[in-house]
Amino acid sequence: MLRIKPDQKQRVTVTVNGKAVSGYAEPRMLLTDFLRHELGMYGTHVGCEHGVCGACTAIIDGAATRSCLRYAVQCDGLEIQTVEGLADADGTLNTLQKAFNENGALQCGFCTAGILMSSTKFLQENPKPNDDEIRDMLSGHICRCTGYTQIVRAIRQASGQ
Amino acid sequence: MEPVAGIRHVAILRSSHAHARITSIDTSKAEALPGVHGVVTGVDIASVTNPIPSAIRVPIKFYPIAVDKVRYVGEPVAVIAAIDRYVAEDAMELIEIEYESLPPVADPVLALEEGASLLHDDVGSNQVHHRTFKYGDPDAAFASADKIVKLDWRYPRYSSTPMETYGVVANFERQPDRYTIWSNFQGPFILHALMTGALGVPGNRLRLITAPHSGGSFGIKQAMFPYMVLLGACSKLLGCPLKWIEDRLEHLIGSSMAADRADKVEAAFSKDGELLGLRFDNIVNVGAFVRAPEPASVYRMHSASNGCYRVKNIFVENRLVVTNTTPIGLNRGYGGPQFYFALERVIEAGAKELGIDPAEIRRRNFIRADEFPYLAPAGATYDSGDYEAGLDQALDLAAYDDLKAAREKARAEGKLFGIGMAAGIEPSGSNMAYVTLAQTPEERAKAGGRSGGLGTATISVDPSGSVTVKTVSTPAGQGHQTVAAQVVADALGMRPDQIDVITEVDTLTSAWSLASGNYANRFSSVVIGTIAETAEKVAKKIKLIAAENLEVAPEDIELVGGEARVVGVPEQALPIRRVASQTHWHPAGLPEGMEPGLFETTIMNPPMLDAPDDQDRVGSAVTFGYVFDLAAVEIDRTTGEIEIVKYVSVHDVGNVLNGLVVEGQIYGGFAHGIAGALLEEFVYDAGANPQAGTFADYLCITAPEVPEVTVGHFNTPSPHNTLGAKGMGDGSSMLAPTAIANAAADALGTYEIELPLTLNKTWAKANGQEYHRAGATRAKVGEGPREAGAVEGGLTGEGSVELSAPPAVVWEMLLDPDALASVVPGCEKLEQVGEDSFTAEVVIGVAGIKGVYSAAIDLKDKIEPQSVRLVGKASGGLGFGEGEGRVTLEDLGNGKTKLSYSYRANVGGKVAAVGQRMLGTVTKLLIGQFFRGFERRLKSGGDDGGSSGNPGFFRRMFGGGS
Amino acid sequence: MKPVAFEYCRPDTVEEALDLLKEFGSDASIISGGLSLGAMLNMRLVRPKALIDINGLGELADIKAGDATIRTGTLIRQAGAMEMPVLMSGVPLLAKALPYVGHYQIRSRGTLGGSVAHADPSAEIPLTLVTLSGAVTLRSPGGSREVPAREFFQGLLTTDRRADELVTGLTWPIRRDLTGYAFEELAQRHGDFAITAVAAEATVAGDGSIADVSFGLGGVEDRPFVATTAGFVGKPATAATASDIANTIAETVDPMVDLQANADYRRQLVRVLGARVLTAAFNDATGQQEAA
Ligand SMILES: Cc1cc2nc3c(=O)[nH]c(=O)nc-3n(C[C@H](O)[C@H](O)[C@H](O)COP(=O)(O)OP(=O)(O)OC[C@H]3O[C@@H](n4cnc5c(N)ncnc54)[C@H](O)[C@@H]3O)c2cc1C
Ligand code: FES
Ligand code: FES
Repeated sequence: MLRIKPDQKQRVTVTVNGKAVSGYAEPRMLLTDFLRHELGMYGTHVGCEHGVCGACTAIIDGAATRSCLRYAVQCDGLEIQTVEGLADADGTLNTLQKAFNENGALQCGFCTAGILMSSTKFLQENPKPNDDEIRDMLSGHICRCTGYTQIVRAIRQASGQ
Repeated sequence: MEPVAGIRHVAILRSSHAHARITSIDTSKAEALPGVHGVVTGVDIASVTNPIPSAIRVPIKFYPIAVDKVRYVGEPVAVIAAIDRYVAEDAMELIEIEYESLPPVADPVLALEEGASLLHDDVGSNQVHHRTFKYGDPDAAFASADKIVKLDWRYPRYSSTPMETYGVVANFERQPDRYTIWSNFQGPFILHALMTGALGVPGNRLRLITAPHSGGSFGIKQAMFPYMVLLGACSKLLGCPLKWIEDRLEHLIGSSMAADRADKVEAAFSKDGELLGLRFDNIVNVGAFVRAPEPASVYRMHSASNGCYRVKNIFVENRLVVTNTTPIGLNRGYGGPQFYFALERVIEAGAKELGIDPAEIRRRNFIRADEFPYLAPAGATYDSGDYEAGLDQALDLAAYDDLKAAREKARAEGKLFGIGMAAGIEPSGSNMAYVTLAQTPEERAKAGGRSGGLGTATISVDPSGSVTVKTVSTPAGQGHQTVAAQVVADALGMRPDQIDVITEVDTLTSAWSLASGNYANRFSSVVIGTIAETAEKVAKKIKLIAAENLEVAPEDIELVGGEARVVGVPEQALPIRRVASQTHWHPAGLPEGMEPGLFETTIMNPPMLDAPDDQDRVGSAVTFGYVFDLAAVEIDRTTGEIEIVKYVSVHDVGNVLNGLVVEGQIYGGFAHGIAGALLEEFVYDAGANPQAGTFADYLCITAPEVPEVTVGHFNTPSPHNTLGAKGMGDGSSMLAPTAIANAAADALGTYEIELPLTLNKTWAKANGQEYHRAGATRAKVGEGPREAGAVEGGLTGEGSVELSAPPAVVWEMLLDPDALASVVPGCEKLEQVGEDSFTAEVVIGVAGIKGVYSAAIDLKDKIEPQSVRLVGKASGGLGFGEGEGRVTLEDLGNGKTKLSYSYRANVGGKVAAVGQRMLGTVTKLLIGQFFRGFERRLKSGGDDGGSSGNPGFFRRMFGGGS
Repeated sequence: MKPVAFEYCRPDTVEEALDLLKEFGSDASIISGGLSLGAMLNMRLVRPKALIDINGLGELADIKAGDATIRTGTLIRQAGAMEMPVLMSGVPLLAKALPYVGHYQIRSRGTLGGSVAHADPSAEIPLTLVTLSGAVTLRSPGGSREVPAREFFQGLLTTDRRADELVTGLTWPIRRDLTGYAFEELAQRHGDFAITAVAAEATVAGDGSIADVSFGLGGVEDRPFVATTAGFVGKPATAATASDIANTIAETVDPMVDLQANADYRRQLVRVLGARVLTAAFNDATGQQEAA
């Protein structure tokens, strides 16, 4: 059984976008803080820290879910996909990202990382969603800039419809 | 973002009281916590800063932190700096503050009443601003009217809550004393002057550096400037750089919101629907302080008080009221939604009363296409427009006649179906001087002139020929870079991807001015024109040099495809990069008298932005776009669900610079408007406790709630800037609340519509029932006790139980500390401290949400063994409660008693802000538990009887539960 | 918004988890999906000394189908449950309720057992369990016990679970013949906790009369509960009876009041949504009869 004392810093190793990386975390450190401040990966955004806004959504252990409601020590040994892993190494955007750009689906971009990660997983499970299904999936995200219309279009486009 | 080394992380302790005097603050335990660098309180801040100046001359001292008194829940009280945010929050809990509570007031109308609790004693009233304005002859217009229509209502408080919260890094350095502050501030940089005033340094000693783009603002980030002052001052006091990232809970209670208002409007019509006169009566709830740029929210639309109409006779009365709520500020549409809620509802009501179609009444009153530029009665110059064309397009897109037929059909089937419209102008590119309307002409004359709204831009071409545009527009996702690159590329014959656009501001190195920043749709109305002019200057210089090299006249040179070439002779060309680099590498070879280098800056003031005249007329903005919205709704009478059957929105944004960007702004503004109409509201209870402290309580609109919208465009290019563009960022955020309200009014057959139209509210309206949101400031609450000096509070309840003992026995046990301590779950200690005074310590919790509370209770009006009144207070880690209750015992005979109770409590702090859903039910739960225990003990034979006191019970009832 | 410092414990067996519960008692928080607990931790509403992470206990994520019931391990994710054909066809009411739970990004991680242990009065999974008369299995160092769902929920976020007990599984009665199921709710926004949620299970006799009906209400009072409808057994299974039942029950409930809705409105939703789900359940049952 693993037990980590409240003030003990534990080495945590996660595979982020295919690369094993480690850092140190006390039990109470949020995964979002670990990704951003320990690992220096600022792609995952934080908008509420209580699970509602969706900005922090990442694919953790195969599920698109909130990283603000996870503690770093819980994730030792897990695979995490974040927005940094979407584009090619040379910066070429993937189909979904291109669709977001072409449709004006991002303005300030703050919500975008989370929405891209949800959509990535969602499209794997449901490759040809209709607009209602897309809006249902998007209900787990708050975007204050776009009014969502162009996001729905972008996801449709990325799904080849 | 860590631009300097050695940063400490800040947490801000905020007031959980709405109105209280701070009697003591003890920070010693917090300071002693390992990892804590230091703690700063309001008194410390007041010793190193000046109060932040305000546009209104009233004796209010506004510091970015409470000094001797707290005036709203969320007001900063102490700043803690530590090695990380976790430790800072640990330390925050160790700060001990004693408050002496004062009666709170959250409602602006109650705050104006005689005897209302005063926020700022030196002002002598909660009314901090009052002015009236008269244009034309409104009295005569009303006297000659065939029909006068009046409406009055409350407009809710809401905010666009950008997804990225405030973030500030501040560093103070000595020799000379200077501050550097990095932030996602959005301007207007006129606030720089206020910040230097507060920090007591000359302008060049406060260096503000903003992020290149930020995660949304919608005006809200304007209000972070007091936090910049606060962090700067703390950095000075603590001797290290500090970083503060606002969290969402802080944002929802302590950042900024659009004002809630208590407004009235009257409109005078002739019988054929001519709008003869308007009277506006505005009461603005500004919150606890008049934070700059307030009172601007009530003056932004002022010079366009006629809206889209030809009406000449207008009377406006503005009152600003301070209350124990968060200070208000800029928010998308700034003042527009509230203004149109008056104008566009009263015109529609007028149409109904006169039996004229609402589209038709607008048509009759619109300013005609051939009347532009149009000088509005209160001073705005509308640059261009064709309001009727927009109306026609909207009716066309909506298939208005079919829609009306659908309405008839739906109504025949007994359904609630309504159509509503709203038309509005959208002012863009503000005159910094419109705020001075808050002063009388005499005061203005004394204060010295104010006018303008400067745009600045710099374009530099380096020795390699690369182009960089610097614009101090601090965008928040509105595509400034894209549009600027496109405009400059067009002018220079290059590709947009060859142009770098730098939008961050550094007040030490950027060309900036008071109006710089991202607000009031400045970008397309002012900034982009300035950029275009600058690009023209660069292009001209390139052409001059190329012309000399190619030995032709400059007029014969065109810039195309990266080349300066001779018109009609494409082979005769020079790469632009080479021409540009010549200005650096070979200045001697330049045309006679030409300055070397290629670096142009333009500072431009749109000429229409003059100072207000002595009749209070002012040209408040540069361009005036136009929006016409039409909504059709069907309301389910049984559930209150509103289905938006149709929504059409037609926009005149002048020349379109980038279609995708314009579209994005329109959809975004529309979503904000629908959100204001249906969902979003910052509710305060009667104790001025904010009730929407989380994203689970403040209901931001999400994708499924945004209906389909049909967008129409037409363009009347603006003559007020080189590109003919107009601002368009507010759009439907100003009109959708009103269009939906009008449609709902049409469906429900009443003008009495208040937003947001939540399910419960709409259902109640549809069924003729009174409804006030639980906890809302004007809530009609249960029949709690309301003796003189009674506690104002949102949590009330009553009930009764039958107990198996005669009143005398119940009475004894009720007032016996020992007996009670044994039946009150979680009661750890209960002591009698005076004849009728008690203290107690209780642990209350459900589901691991536990807290230790200490309580003090006084018994009043004891009538043995019939009734007693209890007044108490409790506080603990999760919040505090104040309240009172009354217990009456009724003898039911055969050894039984009916115990009736009622209570009214004010619950504040974290519990109230984040535990909204739980409060009422937890209270019920705890009361139920108490009586079960009570009854058990009565049945098991009671006890030896003591003298009085019942803190645990009432502690629980007074909240602090959950 | 950062939690208080706590010890992190990740047991490898259920026994280890129970030892920890014995050691810490009510000072421990069990974390399953963390979708409800995480927010309470981050806001410091919950201040545990230890966080017991049971996500490593694979044995709590299994599903066992018997003749009359299906037992789901507490750790089965809400989204995972939706992908289990045995469960979805065996317990159609749960299949109808699950899409209403939060959002895609919540169901992917939130667990069936976590939702039941959390006991939000509006939550769909507890309501379903109560309506179907399912049960909750709890284990403590002293042994294991099964509590009927209708007794398990005791109030807002309050259950019959003792501090040293772990919820290990849920027991779902398998669909019965000639029985219809329906679920509906209304929330202010898509995916929010319901203002009112209603569920119905109805068995219709060969003569078209009601043989059995269970009418569950969530979000109305401080816990999900089943209304007393015994008096309607034998009445015709029609829309008119459905309205009758819903109207009658609406008068007997004591609804909570919050920012979203007052008591009158919740009562109204009991009437409107109640009539709808009961009618749908009757039709579902009658349809089976016709098909048979
Ligand atoms: C944005 C958002 C929207 C949501 N909307 C809904 C909704 O509409 N409907 C709905 O029903 N839910 C909703 N939820 C909650 C969600 O369904 C949660 O998954 C669920 O309530 C709790 O499950 P969990 O596995 O995440 O439990 P956790 O959050 O891990 O735990 C919840 C509580 O149960 C206790 N607990 C957990 N597991 C056990 C166990 N095995 N034994 C004993 N105690 C245990 C924990 O200590 C804690 O007190 C929403 C959540 C979010 C963030
Ligand atoms: S930051 Fe995680 S959901 Fe908002
Ligand atoms: S793009 Fe700004 S919040 Fe979505």
